[in-house]
Amino acid sequence: MDTQAAISGEIDGIHRDSDVEETQPRLDFAPYRSSVLRHPTKDLHHADPEGVELVAPVFGHSDVDPLEADLTLQPGGEPIGERIRVVGRVLDGDGRPVRGQLVEVWQANAAGRYIHKRDQHHAPLDPHFTGVGRCLTGDDGSYSFTTIKPGPYPWRNHENAWRPAHIHFSLFGSEFTQRMVTQMYFPGDPLFPLDPILQAVTQQSARDRLVARYDHEVSEHEWLLGLRWDIVLTGTHATWMEPSDGAGDEHA
Amino acid sequence: MEPVMSTPDPQQLVPTAGQTIGPFYGFALPYERGHELVPPGTPGAVRLHGTVLDGAGVPVPDAMLEIRQADPSGNVPAVEGSLRRDGTVFTGWGRCAVDPGGRYSFTTVEPGATDEGSAPFFAVTVFARGLLNRLFTRAYLPGEERLEGDRLLSGLEPERRGTLVASREDDGSLRFDVRLQGEGETVFLAFPRHGR
Ligand SMILES: [Fe+3]
Repeated sequence: MDTQAAISGEIDGIHRDSDVEETQPRLDFAPYRSSVLRHPTKDLHHADPEGVELVAPVFGHSDVDPLEADLTLQPGGEPIGERIRVVGRVLDGDGRPVRGQLVEVWQANAAGRYIHKRDQHHAPLDPHFTGVGRCLTGDDGSYSFTTIKPGPYPWRNHENAWRPAHIHFSLFGSEFTQRMVTQMYFPGDPLFPLDPILQAVTQQSARDRLVARYDHEVSEHEWLLGLRWDIVLTGTHATWMEPSDGAGDEHA
Repeated sequence: MEPVMSTPDPQQLVPTAGQTIGPFYGFALPYERGHELVPPGTPGAVRLHGTVLDGAGVPVPDAMLEIRQADPSGNVPAVEGSLRRDGTVFTGWGRCAVDPGGRYSFTTVEPGATDEGSAPFFAVTVFARGLLNRLFTRAYLPGEERLEGDRLLSGLEPERRGTLVASREDDGSLRFDVRLQGEGETVFLAFPRHGR
């Protein structure tokens, strides 16, 4: 197995050759060993979106129960861990809120263990935590989840490899082309520079956008700590019009 | 009436970076009947299925696919009800995690074309452990005259076009394999404004 020093050396080498235009992760990022056989070798083909690609699936109150946004609500008792609330807004690339759209999250428990059957980490399961949540964004694009802070966990990418604590997020926009899955990280984690998944995003500024910030306004007296993390999807393609009298339903 | 064209907020925001779905989405994202856009046995129902393969030709056991499609007459549904399917509403969206053999299978209906001059297709997104960002592609219906003049397909090198066209199996189902890398690598798409 490779050492952390070897992996970190590879990461540094790739970062030296990257440029500021890169805002998305490299698909071909060998320090993340599982990517070696799973990245396309040909350039992505540039296409204009058509038909269904311009319309995201719609989710509504028949799909999502508001209680699904509180991951600490569990039958039989409360999960162990640092209770937190993560809030933020989902915006599109033009700064417009993404309204009434599905946000899904999943995470490890406070000890860094997923309930997934293939998670072999020798850390305890928490009988009162599944680590799955969903919500619909509000009219201002806002979302809010109440949960516990997940622990870092080991993985087998290299010797003594540890993932920084993170919450997985799945997002939809108003177009199918805006579909994305990402991970939110916690401020100040010393594991950031060591992690090939985060470092596959080669620009520091782009990595910084994956890190939530502590927000004391969100924290609650004797109850929980608040974090804020905004998510920006890619831009839309449909010509956008200001709603105006009588023209609201027309789409050019 | 002249629609009022507006200038969207001039502030162009930088999109948040994607990250891999990782190995442990299985308890969170797949859900009951997620892969059944119509109930099995529905008149006109068809199976869209295939295998996700890596650069060594080995099935990827931890991938997930989503499809977005029009109904048979080419209308794009924008209705809720995908997560708790009641069997009567066609939402045109589905999600399927692959099995340990890398296989996925949707039960759905064949989409109609949404634009004149375009061939009908399923829009497909691919997620996997080891794949650092989602990939977009299309699965076109086979045997369509309109495949010839399709805008996207005609812009591809002829030898790669076939990777976007499903094949008709003897049982009538549609087969669409996803090759992430190497021989027969699927054409994956970038849309304007995706950045890099
Ligand atoms: Fe994870």
